[in-house]
Amino acid sequence: MFTAGKYDVIVIGAGHAGIEAALASARIGCKTLMTTLSLENIAMMPCNPSIGGPAKGHLVREIDALGGQMGLTADKTCIQFRMLNTGKGAAVHALRAQADKKIYQAVMKEICENTDNLDIKQLLIEKIIVENKKIAAVITETGEIYQATTVILASGTYLKGRIIIGETIYDGGPNGQRAAINLSDSLKEIGIKFMRFKTGTPARVDGRTLDFSKMEIQKGDENIQNFSFMTDIPTKNKTFCYLTYTNNKTHEILKKNLHRAPMANGIIEGTGPRYCPSIESKIIMFPDKERHQLFLEPEGLNTQEYYVQGMSTSMPMDVQIEFLHTIPGLENAKIMRPGYAIEYDCIDPLQLKPTLEFKGIAGFFSAGQSNGTSGYEEAAAQGIIAGINAAMFVKGKEPLILKRSEGYIGVLIDDLITKGTQEPYRMMTSRAEYRLLLRQDNADLRLTPHGRSVGLVSNERWNRFQTKKAEIEIATSYLSNTILTPSKDINDKLISLNIGEIRNTMPLSELLRRPNVTYENLQTIFDIPQISTEAQFQVETNFYYEGYIKKQTELALKLEKLESKLIPQGIPYENILNLRSEAREKLAIIKPRSIGQASRISGVSPADISVLIVWIEQQKRLQSITQLKHHKI
Amino acid sequence: MIQIQGDTISAIATAFGEAGIGIIRMSGKQAIDIADRIFKSVNGKKLTEVKDRSIILGRIMDSKGAVIDEVVVLIMRSPKSYTKEDIVEIQCHGGLMVTQKVLSRTLEEGARLAERGEFTKRAFLNGRLDLSQAQAVLDIIQAKTNEALKTAEDKLSGKMTGEIYKLKQQILKIIAHIEAIIDFPEDDIENLTLNEITNEVTTAIDEVNELLDFETKSKILTAGIEVAIIGKPNVGKSSLLNLLSKSEKAIVTDIPGTTRDVIEEYINIQGVPIKILDTAGIHKSTDKIEEIGIKKTKEKIMQANLVLALFDGSREFDNEDETIINLIKNHNVIVLLTKCDLPTKIDSNKIEIHFPTEKAISISVKTKDGVDILRQNITDKIKNMSGDLAFIRNARELEALRHVRKNLEEAKDTIALNIGVDFISIDLRSALQELNTLTGESVDEDIINEIFSKFCIGK
Repeated sequence: MFTAGKYDVIVIGAGHAGIEAALASARIGCKTLMTTLSLENIAMMPCNPSIGGPAKGHLVREIDALGGQMGLTADKTCIQFRMLNTGKGAAVHALRAQADKKIYQAVMKEICENTDNLDIKQLLIEKIIVENKKIAAVITETGEIYQATTVILASGTYLKGRIIIGETIYDGGPNGQRAAINLSDSLKEIGIKFMRFKTGTPARVDGRTLDFSKMEIQKGDENIQNFSFMTDIPTKNKTFCYLTYTNNKTHEILKKNLHRAPMANGIIEGTGPRYCPSIESKIIMFPDKERHQLFLEPEGLNTQEYYVQGMSTSMPMDVQIEFLHTIPGLENAKIMRPGYAIEYDCIDPLQLKPTLEFKGIAGFFSAGQSNGTSGYEEAAAQGIIAGINAAMFVKGKEPLILKRSEGYIGVLIDDLITKGTQEPYRMMTSRAEYRLLLRQDNADLRLTPHGRSVGLVSNERWNRFQTKKAEIEIATSYLSNTILTPSKDINDKLISLNIGEIRNTMPLSELLRRPNVTYENLQTIFDIPQISTEAQFQVETNFYYEGYIKKQTELALKLEKLESKLIPQGIPYENILNLRSEAREKLAIIKPRSIGQASRISGVSPADISVLIVWIEQQKRLQSITQLKHHKI
Repeated sequence: MIQIQGDTISAIATAFGEAGIGIIRMSGKQAIDIADRIFKSVNGKKLTEVKDRSIILGRIMDSKGAVIDEVVVLIMRSPKSYTKEDIVEIQCHGGLMVTQKVLSRTLEEGARLAERGEFTKRAFLNGRLDLSQAQAVLDIIQAKTNEALKTAEDKLSGKMTGEIYKLKQQILKIIAHIEAIIDFPEDDIENLTLNEITNEVTTAIDEVNELLDFETKSKILTAGIEVAIIGKPNVGKSSLLNLLSKSEKAIVTDIPGTTRDVIEEYINIQGVPIKILDTAGIHKSTDKIEEIGIKKTKEKIMQANLVLALFDGSREFDNEDETIINLIKNHNVIVLLTKCDLPTKIDSNKIEIHFPTEKAISISVKTKDGVDILRQNITDKIKNMSGDLAFIRNARELEALRHVRKNLEEAKDTIALNIGVDFISIDLRSALQELNTLTGESVDEDIINEIFSKFCIGK
């Protein structure tokens, strides 16, 4: 067979996971190939035209802090920005933006095409070649071979993809793409286990046929914030979204046609996500709810297509048209693309290491929706980690494994590889036990040093980070060490700012613990260091929430001890009879890396952990005795 | 391999209720400090000052300074101890109530309840036990876990688990609502005001308090189970009592300060203190004094949690037996036919017909026939008593409940600060985590399942 090339890293897929993976490895300096079924569809958003939201926005900030691309491109191409949850604590503030899909794609394609070390090819990969438990090469549909030191699977929902619209079923990827039919079989041959998941998307309707006057208008924020720590100039809001509701008539039509819903008539086998149910599921599961909201969101500035958020469906076309027409403002709506359900193969993520490498196949990584997740942001987050770790593999360096206390990315990957998932996994802030530490505002402070150490953070980003960090340190130390004594002069000043007087001697920092006192306030009456707005926010937040932050930090440190207790590889769990049988089975599958990870496996009790610790110690002593004997001989 | 001393663990080291004394053992870097905070020695010396391996006599005090028990404390300093850590052993008078109270005090002062087999595990990991003992260590951990699982299973049908489950659902409901609002801000989710959260949290605190107060208020734990013994003269009451006392190594004692007009005795069955209420002999009489006697007996029966009704198996059923049956008909009763070593003359049907759920137990103090069955029966009856089950709640549950109360109270403080609902969730999550340590369920999964089952999510 013809060998067409040889790469350090080959990335299969050019979606959100593939792009971050390919850009990361290429930027670190590895010779990288990114393959895609269609060059027109790099960075395609086949579902909602938005990026971010709670936990997802956090992920984007983290990807950016590591030196990834998603945040930068989103800032450049998004057309409406909103910070959600501003009425709640800083930890759950979350940026969400409406994307212009086509422009987002165009910009991403341009960036990839102009990245050194990165080749992009339109190829369908059909076969994976493994030699001696090591990845060796990939073979294309047309038969040529690409040799590789590492391969990253980022094939999204394309593996054995099947589209379902009512009674109509055909093989295909999202949004009219081809499906990758043969690749799953090749992966099965090398021992990889699959699950079958399902997801869906709503119809797109023609904006010219919508009556927006019957809907509530949704505007963007006046003071825009950005995803990237590198973007200075606030982007302008360029568009609106609209809110309307279903009603009794809509529900009647859906109920009348439930027997035609593929999920009801047994056509769909895969497991769908609970957080993104189709409208027909919502009617079944919450029959008492009188109305469901839906948002009309533009797919871009240069198109009339509107995404009908909240109305995901796989009903037949006639039903889709009929129920949409019952909704205020959509009475005359024309569907441009129907809603559909897609079923696809995804790998069971329990087969992966925290580096996202397959346990039994050296150099073979997997990232994104094909790992059983959902969402552009979750995919991109895994992509950047897989890209970094493939590059570290090539260079023979330590991999990057983020802790749960360091980032949502750490939580995401640890959940996947430790607990697995029974539905497409979506990131939620409630999955993070250290939520207060993992704020979107401090993603750079948490992760930029990691990005720097693997070689993904540019000098420009690093300098910016260093400056911010220094500002925070200077201001923190100044505020903590400057002591205020109550005097008429000081109290007059405080009263003038509505801060309220002080009665006791206290450090200046104490004032920041009072509600509604900002750094800027204090600047007007005290001679405190001049620092950037971002640094001010950090200082305010750290003092204001200090007690809670301390509590979570202490908890994280306590559990970190367990994380650093590594478990030797190759333990014959099935022989440790003192473990309960459920624990034996789970441990044998998951092969945890540390005692900390083992303790998070469901079905592994504290007693099992004790048994494991004692057993490991026993083996260690046995080994040292054997070594001693050999030594004597 | 010597490791730094671990956190301080505490547990009751003696088997439940079997021993005449109870030992509470602590191990870890704070063990001596904690003991010092709850202990007053007779000679006024602090435990931190005494020599290694000393034995000190003194008293364990509760948080308000009242004496819980007179004890002997043994100090073994690191590394010359079983775990190679600082170890304190507190030897108190046996019995469930006292040992539990002393254990509770160590937990209140900062010790953590030991995992099953944790002392042995530490002994091994710290090099006190050698390699040949490793398998034994593994077996101990496994055995203790199985034992705990068994009792946990027993409790699944019990009232206690139901109450804790209810409490958990209560807390979970609040968290899921808060989390749904945070994670799905653009979905159509009902708002939750701080007032509503306060009310929910207050209700939860009330529930915890009820569960915990029950512990202190419980008549069973403070006064023990009250068992009345009734029977006509010469039926064998005293000899049965003596036998039960001896066979259970009971502490037969007068309790000082209790006013009483008849002698009351305490015996101890499976760690539960049992107070025996002796009743006046019942015979048919019109005598005024006897009437008073019957009236008093009736009062005792009303007061008792359980009645042991003795019928002489070697005599025919008579009017006196009839009177007794009428007195105890609607009570929690164990029916005993005494003197079963002699030929049976009584027709037990005449008794059993009045107690459809009971089968009479034939017993002989002389040959000890039936004594084991009786003992088992008493234990079963106690377990089945509705309402007063609190004594079955173990130290682990108590510790969890106390932490839950603390977390919930912190949640209330957080609500008052008004700094964002996500902070309230931090405290509530800690509370849920505590309850889940009892069942081993995952907090994250619980919360997420609750969100998706209660709220229609899916913008």
